[in-house]
Amino acid sequence: MEAHEEKPIIYTMENKPIVTCAGDQSLFTSLYTSLAQQLPKEPMEWRRSYGRAPKMIHLEANFVQFKEELLPKDGNKALLTFPFLHIYWTDCCDTEVYKASVKEDMQRWQNILRLHSSVDWLIVVVESDAKKKNKTNILPRTSIVDKIRNDFCNKQSDRCVVLSDPLKESSRSQESWSSFLTKLRTLLLMSFTKNLGRFEDDMRTLREKRTEPGWSFCDYFMVQEELAFVFEMLQQFEDALVQYDELDALFTQYVLNFGAGDGANWLGSFCAPVRSWNGLLLRRPIDMEKRELIQRGEASLLDLRSYLFSRQCTLLIFLQRPWEVTLRALELLHNCVQELRLLEVSVVPGALDCWVFLSCLEVLHRIEGCCDRSQLEANCSHTVGLWTYATEKLKSLGYLCGLVAENGPTSEDLNRTVDLLAGLGTERPETVNSMQSPYKKLKEALSSVEAFEKHYLELSHAAVEMYRAIGRMRSARLVGKSLAEFYMRKGDPERAEGFLEESLRLYVAEGWSLQVTHTRKQMAECQKLLRQTDDYLQTSALLAGDANLNQEERTHFCQEILSFASQPPGPSDQTVALSMAAFAQLRQLQFSPPGAVVHVGAALQLELRVRCLMPVAVHVGQLAATLHFSLEQGGARGRAGSSQRRPGQGPQGQGDGVVLFPQGSPLSGAGCSLTPALELYEMQDRSPSDSSLNSAGVVCKNVHLLLRRHDSNASLDTPTAGVLPAAVAVDDGAQMLRARDVTLQPGDNSILFTAPTGEPGSYTLRQLCGSVGRVQFVQSHIYPVVQYEVYSQEPQLTIEPLSDNLLAGIPQRVKFTIATGHYSIKKGDALQLSNTDSMPILHSSRCSATILSSTGGQLPSPHEHMGERALSIQSSEKVTSISLPPTPPYHTLEFQLEVLCHIPPAPLKLDSERLTNGEVRHRSKSRSHADSAMIHIDQKVSIDCPWSIYSTLISLTFYVPFKAKHTLLSAGRRKYIQVCLQNVSDSNFHLADPVLVERQPTTTVELLSLNAKRQQLVCSQQSLFCLWEMRWAKDLPPCLQCEFSASFVPISALDPPAAFKTYRYEFQLDRVSTLYSVKAEICPASGDKHCRTGTLCGLEVSITRQAEPSETEGEEEESTEIEGLKTTKLMYEVVDNSSNWAVCGKSSGVVSMPVAPSATHRVQMEVMPLFAGHLPFPNIKVFKYLPHSAAQVIQPDTDSCLENDNLSLLDKGLDDQGDTASIRSRGSVHSVGSGEQQREQQRGLPMPRLEPFSPGQVFNWTQGRQVLVLPATDDHVMEVNVT
Amino acid sequence: MAVCIAVIAKENYPLYIRSVPTQNELKFHYTVHTSLDVVEEKISAVGKAMADQRELYLGLLYPTEDYKVYGYVTNSKVKFVIVVDSSNTSLRDNEIRSMFRKLHNSFTDVMCNPFYNPGDTIQSKAFDGMVSAMMVQAS
Repeated sequence: MEAHEEKPIIYTMENKPIVTCAGDQSLFTSLYTSLAQQLPKEPMEWRRSYGRAPKMIHLEANFVQFKEELLPKDGNKALLTFPFLHIYWTDCCDTEVYKASVKEDMQRWQNILRLHSSVDWLIVVVESDAKKKNKTNILPRTSIVDKIRNDFCNKQSDRCVVLSDPLKESSRSQESWSSFLTKLRTLLLMSFTKNLGRFEDDMRTLREKRTEPGWSFCDYFMVQEELAFVFEMLQQFEDALVQYDELDALFTQYVLNFGAGDGANWLGSFCAPVRSWNGLLLRRPIDMEKRELIQRGEASLLDLRSYLFSRQCTLLIFLQRPWEVTLRALELLHNCVQELRLLEVSVVPGALDCWVFLSCLEVLHRIEGCCDRSQLEANCSHTVGLWTYATEKLKSLGYLCGLVAENGPTSEDLNRTVDLLAGLGTERPETVNSMQSPYKKLKEALSSVEAFEKHYLELSHAAVEMYRAIGRMRSARLVGKSLAEFYMRKGDPERAEGFLEESLRLYVAEGWSLQVTHTRKQMAECQKLLRQTDDYLQTSALLAGDANLNQEERTHFCQEILSFASQPPGPSDQTVALSMAAFAQLRQLQFSPPGAVVHVGAALQLELRVRCLMPVAVHVGQLAATLHFSLEQGGARGRAGSSQRRPGQGPQGQGDGVVLFPQGSPLSGAGCSLTPALELYEMQDRSPSDSSLNSAGVVCKNVHLLLRRHDSNASLDTPTAGVLPAAVAVDDGAQMLRARDVTLQPGDNSILFTAPTGEPGSYTLRQLCGSVGRVQFVQSHIYPVVQYEVYSQEPQLTIEPLSDNLLAGIPQRVKFTIATGHYSIKKGDALQLSNTDSMPILHSSRCSATILSSTGGQLPSPHEHMGERALSIQSSEKVTSISLPPTPPYHTLEFQLEVLCHIPPAPLKLDSERLTNGEVRHRSKSRSHADSAMIHIDQKVSIDCPWSIYSTLISLTFYVPFKAKHTLLSAGRRKYIQVCLQNVSDSNFHLADPVLVERQPTTTVELLSLNAKRQQLVCSQQSLFCLWEMRWAKDLPPCLQCEFSASFVPISALDPPAAFKTYRYEFQLDRVSTLYSVKAEICPASGDKHCRTGTLCGLEVSITRQAEPSETEGEEEESTEIEGLKTTKLMYEVVDNSSNWAVCGKSSGVVSMPVAPSATHRVQMEVMPLFAGHLPFPNIKVFKYLPHSAAQVIQPDTDSCLENDNLSLLDKGLDDQGDTASIRSRGSVHSVGSGEQQREQQRGLPMPRLEPFSPGQVFNWTQGRQVLVLPATDDHVMEVNVT
Repeated sequence: MAVCIAVIAKENYPLYIRSVPTQNELKFHYTVHTSLDVVEEKISAVGKAMADQRELYLGLLYPTEDYKVYGYVTNSKVKFVIVVDSSNTSLRDNEIRSMFRKLHNSFTDVMCNPFYNPGDTIQSKAFDGMVSAMMVQAS
């Protein structure tokens, strides 16, 4: 048998269905070889009852000589030995012979069959030509067959077949063979169907009787197994397996029923105590020993299960399903253990372990026997369960027999071992020669501690390797951990450590806290043995803070640390640095003041909330946080600096100086930290100049956490034992927050730190370190980033007006603000203001300063009032000195002073005629001033500050509240001066005593005031007009220099009425006297009383010289001497801007005025009124006409508008020459056609120029006159013009 | 009924795990954790193509001598594991399935709670009560 072990086909049943042969034995013998060969060659379809699928089947048969004993007797249900077909062979071809003997023989044969009610028979008649030739007097060959058929096969003619010349190679012979074989197969199958059907029916009947008291499972087992055997014999392994599975299920059901209280009698035999536990035996096709036990009803549960499984295993291997064997094996082993428990079968402790161990190995060996290595490796997942199970069982055996204990087995253990070995019995003959049999392994393993260790490690490592190979890392770690436990038991912590570490890492990474705690406890034990002090303390710290442990255990581990910490350090010992995370968790940090921005030297406190995880109060000698100092942003920052990032703002976005530290859930710290939440911040970028928003965005602060690789981080940020924070070296030189002698109670603690603010810059908390004796708990980085800023500020002086605008001429209050910054104002420090005449400082006695302390950093609101101090102000000729009260640094000193800015007397760089022209620098301060711009005066103040060697130059802008305008008015020769004073400020004034005087008083001119009231109210944006008449005795001076002055006082509801101040306005009047008067008369057309629209009227313009031009005027006015007569050329122009009139014919011309008083020049023109009504006269303009020779003279005050007029005149193309000629000849204005002038002539000629008269030089009598115009009589259309 | 019921997050950390209090809790934690090996194996064995109409019930993950471990995985890869005593033979596959279905429904209710933060351990009393009803009542 041993030799066959490697070839599975050997296990095929030797049995074949039995076919008996009667008749001519020698004939059969000659045919047997070919028959046995041919029969299985072709498959035959087997149709089956009960709806079972038809199958193709290759038939084989075991041909035996017919004996009466072969026929089954009544009641014998054995199927294996059942003859399925009986064949009678004959080659008789002689009727005589047939009649003489053969028939009789057949008859006897038939009788026997009939006696046993067997209907499956066949008669074969073999014919051969050779035999036929010997006998001449033979009947036709059919006759014998016919006879036989006639005699035996009534109605069953197919029961007799003819085989012709079977030993010849002729086609006829083959044909007859094939038909014979078909017949044979058909009959065989018919017999199977019939007999098996009958058998199954009987079997079912038997099964239905199972509730009857005498029923025995074992008997039934034998019956159904018979069926299974037949199927196996027919190579129908599937069907055979079904039979065993049915038996299996039936038995299982009985056991379960038994468990439910419904016990069957026959189960009693299976409840017998287990005496033998020699495991499965899978190396035989049929374990006859066990089968016999079952047959005798003496089998134990294990025997039955073992036998059943061995049969199933055999069939499964026939079916090429080895992996199902392993699955079923595991199931079977678990099931058996359960069933024994359920049936309350008494078992020697360890016996089942032995049985399971042996069985596992047996199954594995069996599988190895039928698969090659690659197949085995590819299917580790199927076998690994068995390996692990065997490992577990061996381990528990080892513990049971004292093989794991450090000092070896005791005598009790040895006794137990002997008992267990006894139950194994002797080794089975199949494996006696095999070196690696499970039996030998177990015996060896139990024999000695060393052997056990060898086998156990071998198995464990194999299991670990397999789990690794198929990627079941968790299972591998679990086996590894039990290995570690084994090593620990053996006192070998070095080898245990690796396994524990691997497992611990996995559990931590996946966040299984109970496992973590359990493994860590083992780790602590291991590290303690290994004297890895640091690691042990770290693990202890973690365990002391582990909520899964009870208080007692936690206290134990905490004491371990504390007792180590309190030991005096040896010479070589250094402090031990442990991770803070195990010791305490940071909860929150609060800044006070909350802005976390303070000036140098200010007090800044940090309150740190820490949750101490230790079970008992721990006294911490020093708790220190190292600070990283950087200069960036710091010192140079002003107090109002716009810091976009508020350090006090934690991820939770609180602005009250609280930083919350993210809390990992204590239960599944690692699990949750695998995916940290996004931490988003709002970011605003403001431009530094006007703090307008440039851009806004969202920033993810913890990108580095989110985007890093996951596999590598698990060990980094989860503080497993043995992994210590790298940067634990504490730099003593660095600045740090320090708290000494803190006792941390279990739970939340609050610790107050005073932050160093010695130097400006930003301080970032980096490391937190708590020292307990020799032990330091270190948190290498604090996240989120906590930082505060210390700034230093230069002292600063600002002066700003109290009101919107400072007005010149009135005392105004200005506010002095001194931000002391880092400078402390000492007694005797003073501000030195250099005096200017235009802006005296009015100091009163009741001057006091306010000192404010700024506590809130950059926010101006939280100022704290510190009190008022008197200011003493001394004024000397040049300097006003303000002595400041002593003020500490980073405070604000405020006081107010009154200043007055004198209004400069002269109109500031103003041309008298053109006040609103763009020459004057002015600003429109507000919208209300847009139309009437205020004149402003920039006043510079130079101040010497005690903190600086340089003077501070501060500019104040004052606005002149008034604007004056003057006008010269004429009435004939009489002259008036009008001054308009406009209040352009926002306040109201009283005005009094407007006075107009000549600056250089001449006796000739007298100014007569026409103003009535003494005092008048001028509201904001209102004007006051004053009028003076000029009287003169002799001649008017060509130039008159005047000064207007008025007293004003602001009207204020609050302040008492102040003294009047004077506003002065100087101006100069030139060319005052009237030179010419222009009169015009409109005469209606002849015969008409009134002018009518549409009819031409005469316009007579008369220009009269009023006075001789004075010396200066004469210079200006070009006069020409013509024939002894001094004349002046004037140009007139009639324009009607309102288009009331149409000027017909020429509208302009040049006249020469004789230089004589009352010289008059008349001009006639024609105009046509266009509308009816009282129409104003058309405008008549008179200009000085300067011929070309005088044009070269550059007038200093040439008006640009006149030049334009000049050009437009040019366009009209006045012919100078012709014009003068006409004047000379006719003495009247001669029209020069504009069309006839030629530009060619003009070019190169000097241009004549026009120049206007000063206002007042020409008096127009028609100014304001109107003439009545009647509508045309024949107008059918009435035009009404309403204006 | 069950002796241990566990809900395990996609990342394989326990969201909820409860066992019969009289028994060794740690052992169940180990058992459930180890069963994740098989769960992962089964999930990957199904393949990605079939992921849509995949059966959520994974069946028996692995038997041990004392316990049977059954698995179930939701579409969001949250795993349910139920451990049943091997001696408890009255439980059939269908009953296990219905237990998982109930568990899944209750778990869905927990997830629908706006105050529940996905990924946190399950504290819901309703869920706890439902699990208790499925557990062996420890005497």
